[in-house]
Amino acid sequence: MRMSSREVSSSEIKTTQPALTPQAFLLAKTKWRWPEVAFWLVAFSLIWLMPNRHLLLNEIAILGLFALSIDLILGFAGIISLGHAAFFGLGAYAAGLMAKHGIGEPVVGLLVAGGIAGIAGFFSSFLILRGSDLTRLMITLGVALIFHEIANRMAWLTGGADGLLGIIIPPILGQFEFDFRGATAYTYSLVVLFLLFLLARRIIHSPFGLSLKALKDNRLRAGTIGIASARRIVAIYTLAAAYAGIAGGLLTQTTAFVSLEVLDFARSADALLVLVIGGSGYLYGGPIGAIFFKIMKDGLSALTPAYWLFWMGFALVVLVLVGRDRITGFADRLFAPVVALFGRKAR
Amino acid sequence: MTTRRSIIRAGLLGSAILTGAVSYAPMAMAQEVVKIGLILPMTGPFASTGRQIEAAAKLYMAQNGATVAGKKIELIVKDDTGTPDVTRRLAQELLVNEKVSVLGGFGLTPLAMSTVPLATQAKVPMVVMAAATSMITEASPFVTRTSFTLPQAASVMADWASKNGVKKVVTLVSDYAPGHDAEKWFADTFTAAGGKVEASIRAPLQNPDFAAFLQRVKEAQPDALYVFVPSGVGATVMKQFVERGLDKSGIKLIGTGDVTDDDIINGYGDAAIGAITAHHYSAAHPSAKNKAFVEAFKKASNMRPNFMGVAGYDGMHLIYEALKKTGGTTDGTKLMDAMKGTAWESPRGPVSIDPETREIVLNMYVRKVEKVDGELYNVEFSTFEGVKDPAKKKK
Repeated sequence: MRMSSREVSSSEIKTTQPALTPQAFLLAKTKWRWPEVAFWLVAFSLIWLMPNRHLLLNEIAILGLFALSIDLILGFAGIISLGHAAFFGLGAYAAGLMAKHGIGEPVVGLLVAGGIAGIAGFFSSFLILRGSDLTRLMITLGVALIFHEIANRMAWLTGGADGLLGIIIPPILGQFEFDFRGATAYTYSLVVLFLLFLLARRIIHSPFGLSLKALKDNRLRAGTIGIASARRIVAIYTLAAAYAGIAGGLLTQTTAFVSLEVLDFARSADALLVLVIGGSGYLYGGPIGAIFFKIMKDGLSALTPAYWLFWMGFALVVLVLVGRDRITGFADRLFAPVVALFGRKAR
Repeated sequence: MTTRRSIIRAGLLGSAILTGAVSYAPMAMAQEVVKIGLILPMTGPFASTGRQIEAAAKLYMAQNGATVAGKKIELIVKDDTGTPDVTRRLAQELLVNEKVSVLGGFGLTPLAMSTVPLATQAKVPMVVMAAATSMITEASPFVTRTSFTLPQAASVMADWASKNGVKKVVTLVSDYAPGHDAEKWFADTFTAAGGKVEASIRAPLQNPDFAAFLQRVKEAQPDALYVFVPSGVGATVMKQFVERGLDKSGIKLIGTGDVTDDDIINGYGDAAIGAITAHHYSAAHPSAKNKAFVEAFKKASNMRPNFMGVAGYDGMHLIYEALKKTGGTTDGTKLMDAMKGTAWESPRGPVSIDPETREIVLNMYVRKVEKVDGELYNVEFSTFEGVKDPAKKKK
């Protein structure tokens, strides 16, 4: 489906804008559109607009970043993973252990969390170079289960099933103390998400990012035109693992607690679900899916604490059946007057 | 231009959702209401804990009215799915947005431990109604408990076993803090009384299959197998215990009452008959108060109350009593002080809150699984009165 729509759009370009060179076309793609700007402006303005939902917003930002990291490998390199929580959890424990043993400065903690997860990602990326999607699913799942069991067994280090206790997180850069209402936490997570998003956006529009897309579409063909596929997969997998590690680090630092759940299979699955909701391959799928997912979860579980899973499942089935294209299409129609006001049509 | 279009759509959609979410913030609260936040695992593997406690808390409110000392009590139940970071977030939101005066619930030790720092920081009493690791009440002066601690049950079990002809025991526990507590306090008490622990087996908490462990037990041929697993997993142990023929080789099955949870024991089948456990509550407890409680509970929720249910019931009672003592003041420190030393007659017998440790003091019963009127029950046959948490007595 995606292939065909792409073909249509490229033919559109040829007929309507014959003067556009490939360079200009690619450059045009990197330009910021106003809805993107609006998205981030709204996200940042919520720091002031919604002071009593900061904790939920913080979770959304973290889940959004985690889903973004999966989007990097799924949406751009076509690698499907069921075990991304391994890197999330590794980052979470790295940040937690550092804070517990005295090096609590959050920014340093995040860098180390990302670094360690990245290293683990680098080494495990060699496992997913060969094989089909199904093999990759199994391998990534297996890696995550191994990490989970290691964390469970090494109770002297990780606290095992009881969780890592006694984490104290000092102020960010020695300036901003984590407050009870979660304002600092949300601001911090959002800034990290935004910076990493900018980096991801830069990367996917670079020649490297374009070569990844070629890989995703047809690996054999990409190979014949001289793209070293293995190296690129290793690189993007490492990067995605580092992103996941940073997301995990954020969770630890903003909740001052780590337990085995950070490595749970459910966490990987949730993030994939978020991408299904938000759509993969255009970077906003993670953050938007996370907003949907968390608000739905929070709203439903507040209504019926015991049976919300049913409604959640029901909503997801409907969502997939109706298709997200139609939902975003609905949004298009809904906002058509606004778009017209700005003097630019949405398409 | 698919990408561009989808980015625009996405942006629109995202902003729409976010702005929509602004109006989603909860409303401000009225003055004369005391809010109690119950955070429980209502879904996932530990859902039965949450449902028992919720049903019991609601039953207590239905029986005793929703007004105490002139204040209206409002109960807010939240599902944490058994995930500690969610528990913590929900607690934080309840404290900040709903301004709850008391936090209650907490199904498992990690769930409680993730929230303890918040209770300390906000100076809000936290009534633990399920999690049973001894250390929780030591983590903050704002924590009290109405369930029980594993050392209480484990030491009583060991005490009874050593006095009743059990000399050699193999212990089998789930590998997490309550399991370690259950193992340590059983072994300590049992060896001090002259018994011998042949082997201590720890089984993983997640996806437990006990077949291999039980084979080892069979080879060791002890007088008894002492088991601690979280409520719900007990069924697997019992079934495999019988499947492997351990019951026929003369090995007794003893344990803490979590293994023969009232809520589910009926589903165990006859495999469970004869298992001896020590615990603080059985639905078959022979008292008028308990009969009325079981009756009302079954009527209201279609479940047989278990030890979680009774702890939720007592938890609400403790909160009510504390509010009565403070005359409706919701100051956390005053509520905590009021809770200390409170004693009452619970469906499980007399209980009280130790003023020094904020830990519950209760009767422990040794029970045997028997068939009563076609249903399986834990029938109590020996009582240890006023058992304090031995883990704290030592200090």
